[in-house]
Amino acid sequence: MTGVLVLLSIALITVYFRESSGGGLHQVQSAGATVLRPFEVAADRVSRPFRDAYGYFAGLVHAKSEVNRLRAENEQLRQEASQNAFAASENANLRKQLHFINSPHYPRGFGHVTASIIAQPPAAYEEQVLIGAGSAAGIQQFDPVVTGEGLVGTVVRVAHNQSLVALLTDDTTSVSAVDANTGAQGIVKAGASFDHVGKDQQVKSGDLLVTAGWKAPGIGLSSIYPRGIPIGRVTSVGQNEVDLYKHVQLQPFVNFETLSSLVVLFPPKTR
Amino acid sequence: MTADVGKAAAALFVAAILQVTLFSQIDLFHGSPDLVLVTLVSVALLRGTIFGAVAGFAVGLVVDTATLQTLGVTSLLLTIAGYWIGRYGETTGRDRTHAPFVSVAVVTLLYSIGALVLHYMLGDPASASRVLLDAFPFELIFNLILTLPVYALCRRLFRPPPTGLEEVQLLG
Repeated sequence: MTGVLVLLSIALITVYFRESSGGGLHQVQSAGATVLRPFEVAADRVSRPFRDAYGYFAGLVHAKSEVNRLRAENEQLRQEASQNAFAASENANLRKQLHFINSPHYPRGFGHVTASIIAQPPAAYEEQVLIGAGSAAGIQQFDPVVTGEGLVGTVVRVAHNQSLVALLTDDTTSVSAVDANTGAQGIVKAGASFDHVGKDQQVKSGDLLVTAGWKAPGIGLSSIYPRGIPIGRVTSVGQNEVDLYKHVQLQPFVNFETLSSLVVLFPPKTR
Repeated sequence: MTADVGKAAAALFVAAILQVTLFSQIDLFHGSPDLVLVTLVSVALLRGTIFGAVAGFAVGLVVDTATLQTLGVTSLLLTIAGYWIGRYGETTGRDRTHAPFVSVAVVTLLYSIGALVLHYMLGDPASASRVLLDAFPFELIFNLILTLPVYALCRRLFRPPPTGLEEVQLLG
């Protein structure tokens, strides 16, 4: 009996792993997830006050250091805001003079669906969350996911009423990014490092990293992330003579431990 | 037997829903409690190999379905865990006070290693140091804390089966 169940499990893994995301087992799983959804929502509602209380007290532990950090950041942002306002008006004038036609740019030109996190996979190494919106709400695989703070990740699996989101900190997540201060290009991996930045490019600690949103019109390829989504700030930069690229570490803007709801972006014309 | 199946199904279903909605979001020192594993160990210890294996397979499917993970991964691990603990319960462990704690501790370790190996074989990024050094100690502590109430509840739900041996007091 046990042997049969073990073989059945292995068969399930094999078939599920080899079939496409629209295959039979995926469809069955999607239907099953829809059936389980009401129970998850009920459990979520019952447990929400306890989670909020836990979050409140957990936040108090770091409140003092957080206030000091935010005060310093606020001061810096105030200075940047005044510089940016001037740059924006200058940019608008120059675009008008050049008759510049812009491509879709975050957040303008993108539709969105807001969804709450309803579950997390039960494993320490899966940086993924389950959100309560799926294909019924227009979500598709590889849609980018954000919050007000910045990039969260991407949709990796879609069911009828649920979607699985791989977080920026997941080892499988790579995002083409650009240093907004210097224009240096690279790839943010697992939300921790800014890789493939050539030694000739300029990156310094404190620089803002945003999604690059590249396009290759000749071959019809483009990044799944629109240009300009904030990712994080550079925390350290180093290089040695052996490696081809710089070693750049970053701190994401999004606090992945306190996420409760997310925004899934999609180009409106495609849905 | 039918009543036991119903009670086990209800207990494990509630455990699975609570696990994916509540317990998996508790992240203290990278560890989170595994209510499903503790409940399965308790049920298997009290009801034996076949019961443990089938319960593990079924609750694994529920967890994989609810979290949109690869179908069969959790089922495979929990089937083996349920069988193994059921075997331990049938042979030596059931009546010993420390049995549920020993079972949970050993299964938590083997489950972590098994999940790590399985995900590695499936090509998922799996950091052994993160799973076994960072997360495991606290997951073990959480699971051992959960064992006391969960096993007590399961013991009330599933009375130990009669052994067929009755105590005889000799007179004289």
